[in-house]
Amino acid sequence: MGNKYSVFSLIKNALSYHENWQRAWKDPAPKKEYDAVIVGGGGHGLATAYYLAKKHNMKNIAVVEKGWIGGGNTGRNTTIIRSNYLWDASAGLYDHALKIWEGLSQELNYNVMFSQRGVMNLAHNLQDVRDLKRRTHANRLNGIDAVYLSTEEVKKFCPIINTSQDIRYPVLGGTLQRRAGTARHDAVAWGYARGADEMGVDIIQNCEVKGIKRNGDSVEGLETTKGFIKTKKIGVVAAGHSSVIANMAGIRLPLESKPLQALVSEPVKPIIDTVVMSNAVHAYVSQSDKGELVIGAGTDDYVSYTQKGSHQIVEGTLNAILELYPIFSRMRMLRQWGGIVDICPDASPILSKTSIKGLYFNCGWGTGGFKATPGSGDLFAHTIANDEPHKLNAAFNLNRFVSGDLVDEHGAAAVAH
Amino acid sequence: MFVINCPYCGERDQQEFKAGGEAHIERPKQPTELSDDEWAEYLFMRKNIKGIQYERWNHAHGCRKWFNMIRDTSNDEIKAIYKMGEKPPSI
Repeated sequence: MGNKYSVFSLIKNALSYHENWQRAWKDPAPKKEYDAVIVGGGGHGLATAYYLAKKHNMKNIAVVEKGWIGGGNTGRNTTIIRSNYLWDASAGLYDHALKIWEGLSQELNYNVMFSQRGVMNLAHNLQDVRDLKRRTHANRLNGIDAVYLSTEEVKKFCPIINTSQDIRYPVLGGTLQRRAGTARHDAVAWGYARGADEMGVDIIQNCEVKGIKRNGDSVEGLETTKGFIKTKKIGVVAAGHSSVIANMAGIRLPLESKPLQALVSEPVKPIIDTVVMSNAVHAYVSQSDKGELVIGAGTDDYVSYTQKGSHQIVEGTLNAILELYPIFSRMRMLRQWGGIVDICPDASPILSKTSIKGLYFNCGWGTGGFKATPGSGDLFAHTIANDEPHKLNAAFNLNRFVSGDLVDEHGAAAVAH
Repeated sequence: MFVINCPYCGERDQQEFKAGGEAHIERPKQPTELSDDEWAEYLFMRKNIKGIQYERWNHAHGCRKWFNMIRDTSNDEIKAIYKMGEKPPSI
């Protein structure tokens, strides 16, 4: 590795006032032709390129990104990582990702600040209690760590939660996955970009796809704002804009794109050392290393690409946050934003071939794609390289909407979708 | 967040309404004749357009009537509103 980061490189660069660090990835012009092109330079797209180069020896590949890398949903999520999904297929998929997260900083030689601070999911009514207990059992059968906590244990694990039974939605219990946690969102994109670039992948920013050229039932290339790029394999990892690309190729996807909001507070001293999520009241909170409370809300119910979202969604979330954490009542919010999430009818992703040869889609992650970034990239790279899915993503094919073999994680996934 | 001009009640805040998804998806006339592919197309596949989209809305916290809307999903600008069963106006 030409540019290895270590304590020695830190000392060496400190001696020259940190003015000689080399750029972490190049800024190439697109070549005429690639063996594969990934559309979308977010975490998932860059991870796909990284694993294509690393595990499948496909080095003549490119990632095209219409803006800057990590500037879409990778930079707009609440960085929560967990794998406590109900169904076997989802458990396999998300825990595969979690296992890669555990060694990712070392593998990339880039600190993604993965922090296994635990994720707690709260139950607020009897049905929540039953659902969460059921999910805890399902998780443990799949080898995923999960425990069910009583109200007292919830309070002990996170003392600032209001566990009074007099509130509108009292805490009746919760689940805890200790291996779950958070990571630094930008670092994931940058780490994968640097790793992919080092193996020869071209990362082409400010390059928007304008059309997909087909020859009958196979792809021939991409029309972009930087000219035509010839390729036989296109992997689309465009999140909220997946349908836009699909419409260019003349296929339809079972997706609806909706704004999902998040907000952060002013930075304060450490007050919450875990992640707490609540499906029923649509609120989740953690604290970043800078000290900001990172708060997530729900989606709007209408299709929109505006990256804004409605005020009443945030208001509802903050009402819930204030009831659960009265200590936050005087916090001031610094920033609010929306990301466009592509939601599948069964709230599970699509990592799949399509009816067009050489066209692959990795989409439909909905409100919870960040956690899956490394696993998604790994499995999608396998699917593109072999023209066949890996056994872990076989269930997440596009054909499930025809066969009816859905992976219904709506409501069962421990969090609001 | 935006204001919606309900064809029955007039201008109201968007939070009184429920979005009902893509409009003009016709219910199959002969459901028993449909192939699995056609069912998937009807039930699940959506255009999900960035730009001018035809969609259904329901005034859930008002008159509870359904109506159609033409809206630009790239900026949430409402282009036209028309009643169920009416032909979409040209825009």
